[in-house]
This record gives sequence, C-alpha cells and structure tokens, in this order.
Amino acid sequence: MVINILAKIKDFFTQEETTENTGSSSVAKERLQFILVQDRIKLSPQEMEEMKAELIEVIIKYVEVDKDKIDMDISREDEKMAMVANFPIQKKQE
Amino acid sequence: MDQREQGKAIVITSGKGGVGKTTTTANLGTALALLGKKICLIDADIGLRNLDVVMGLENRIVYDLIDVVEEQCRLEQALIKDKRNENLVLLPAAQTRDKDAVSEEQMKELILKLKERMDYILVDSPAGIEQGFRNAIAGADKAIIVTTPEVSAVRDADRIIGMVEAEGVNDPDLIINRIRQDMVDRGDMMNIEDMIEILAIDILGVVPEDEGIVVSTNKGEPIVLSNNHKAGEAFNNIARRLEGEDVPLMDLNNSDSILAKFKKFVGLS
Ligand SMILES: Nc1ncnc2c1ncn2[C@@H]1O[C@H](COP(=O)(O)OP(=O)(O)OP(=O)(O)O)[C@@H](O)[C@H]1O
Ligand SMILES: [Mg+2]
Repeated sequence: MVINILAKIKDFFTQEETTENTGSSSVAKERLQFILVQDRIKLSPQEMEEMKAELIEVIIKYVEVDKDKIDMDISREDEKMAMVANFPIQKKQE
Repeated sequence: MDQREQGKAIVITSGKGGVGKTTTTANLGTALALLGKKICLIDADIGLRNLDVVMGLENRIVYDLIDVVEEQCRLEQALIKDKRNENLVLLPAAQTRDKDAVSEEQMKELILKLKERMDYILVDSPAGIEQGFRNAIAGADKAIIVTTPEVSAVRDADRIIGMVEAEGVNDPDLIINRIRQDMVDRGDMMNIEDMIEILAIDILGVVPEDEGIVVSTNKGEPIVLSNNHKAGEAFNNIARRLEGEDVPLMDLNNSDSILAKFKKFVGLS
C-alpha cells in the first residue's frame, strides 16, 4: 500500500520532469550550435548551404543518398576543427 | 638564494561583459589566500576599475598599475594589502587612464616580477577583445573563461577560447556562473553538460546564482568569507581544484527545499 502510493507520487514527479525538453534550453542549445559553426569557420549560413548543395551534387554522382537526412556539423577537438558530414546512403530501388 | 618555485599567472576572462570575472577573481584570490597561498590580484580593467571595490579596498589606493609601469613608484608601494588576509595583495587599475597606457610587454615584465614572490597572480580581464583583453592575457600561464548559461555569453566564450589559444595560452578552463538549478530542471536554462559539449573545454567549476553575491559586493567582502552560501562554497571548491585537489562538482539541487528533500526521499534525485 505504502509502496503503491509512493509509486504514484513518483509517477507524478517523473511526469513533471519528462516535459523537460520542451523548454527554451533546447532551443538555446540548437541556436548556439548553429551560431558557433558560423563563427568558427567564418562561413555564412548561405555559403554553408551552397557548400552543402555542391557536396551533394558530387556525391549523388556516385551513390544514392537520402537528401533529407544529410547532416553536417563542425566540432572542435583539441584545438582542431573538424567538419563531420553524414550522408545516409539509400538502398538502390531495383 | 631562495629557490622558491615560480608562481602561476592566471587570467580570468570572458569576452562578454558582466558575467562575473571580477567576482570570480576576488573570490578565488581570497579562497586561495585562505589556503595559505601568496596571492596577487591584478585589476587589468584600466579606466573601469572595480576589483578594489569588490574587495573593499578602495580607500587604500595610492598608486596603481600604470604608476608601476611608468615607474612613478616601486611595485611594492602599489601593492595594497588585504584587510583580512596577509597572504593577499591587490594591484589596482588606474581609473583615469586609457588602456593604451600599458603595453603587453610591460604586463609580461610586471607579471614575471610578481611570479618571483607569489604563488598565484590572478589577472581580472576587461570585457571585449580589444587591447585591454590582450594586455590581460599577455603574461598568463593559464586562462579561466567565465560564462553564464546564455547563448550570447557562451558564444563569446567560444570566441575567447580560440583567441587565448592563438596567443599560446593553452587548455583554458571554464567556469559557469549564475546557474539556476530550478530553471535547468524545468528546461529553461542550458545545463552544464550542454555547455561543456558545445565548447569542448574542461570545466573548472559551477557557481550558482546567489543573492549573497550582491550583499557581499555591497559590503566589500568576498562571499567565500561568509558561511552558508552556495556560491561561496563553489568558489572555495574551485580554489581547491586549482591546488590539484579532486573536488567533485557541487550538487546544485537546493537541499533546503521541501520538494528536493521529498524527491530525494522517494528516490528521484
Ligand atoms: N553567482 C552570482 N549570483 C548573483 N549575482 C552575481 C553572480 N555573479 C556575479 N553577479 C553579479 O553580476 C554583476 C557582474 O559581475 P562582475 O562585475 O563580477 O562581472 P564582470 O565580468 O567582472 O563584469 P565586467 O565585464 O563589467 O568587468 C555584479 O553585480 C555581480 O554582483
Ligand atoms: Mg569586471
């Protein structure tokens, strides 16, 4: 009985905590990541898009990729900057 | 000859203004002095001096940093002894001069002299990326970057990290100031992990938002000197980490709140 009540109360608070990611902090994080990419490589959002488009053109010459799921990110590790691009390859439709 | 080890010069900087550099400098300096270390605080914010006020030493200033580099006085004459701790001295900034009145070379020379007799030299940097900032990092062996959990402050911190590294001050550490755990909990403030991940930098400490800081600044007494303040405890922890002690990051959950106690009781935190 006691355990049951505790579980209910726990549910109540857990529920409250799962709403966590709808707050503005995730927006802040996303915006910040985007801003820092531009700051770090001194590339404007427009240039970034152009580069992305050109890269895609080159890659689809050879493989089929899922254009909607392409992901590009700049990160810094030990004072070095790295650009990580993810091109999900689509299965060839027979 | 006395072969004491050379002291370490640490610059406290941020890019964005008003994030807590001066507060951090005053409290870390006081905390390290309480640990028995010989400390010199340098206010490198020429024209906007504040560190003297935060330390409660504004009435004792006779000479300042510019007087020293222009040889209007000896270095010893300009060093103001702290009221409370004999291990601690302050070299104040000039209030009526321009930041161009001192050069990077002069700062390096000054810090070298101080390293002979101090364990730590903490340099309170002005905001910005101009000459004042360059002077502040000139003689530094290490940099501490202060930020708050806001997009603009973290962005500036990222910029400053790149700049101090370009100047050869490697591996800067991060202090996140003014964290409000209640806001983090409800998802309205970036959490510590987010910021470390984004900046790819080592974390030296986390300081909560604390009304006590305002009170302590009003009185000119660093908060590390009063008990029962989370922010004071946080700064004391940071001082111990600088001394090489392995102190875990502070649990910022307000242990006084009934809700927190209750959550702990039902096993939620
Ligand atoms: N943890 C904190 N909790 C509450 N208030 C704080 C905290 N840290 C700093 N403050 C307040 O924020 C204000 C700015 O702090 P401080 O002067 O240390 O910043 P700064 O980075 O040195 O500013 P500047 O760039 O102008 O030199 C002060 O009024 C200070 O009392
Ligand atoms: Mg300041």
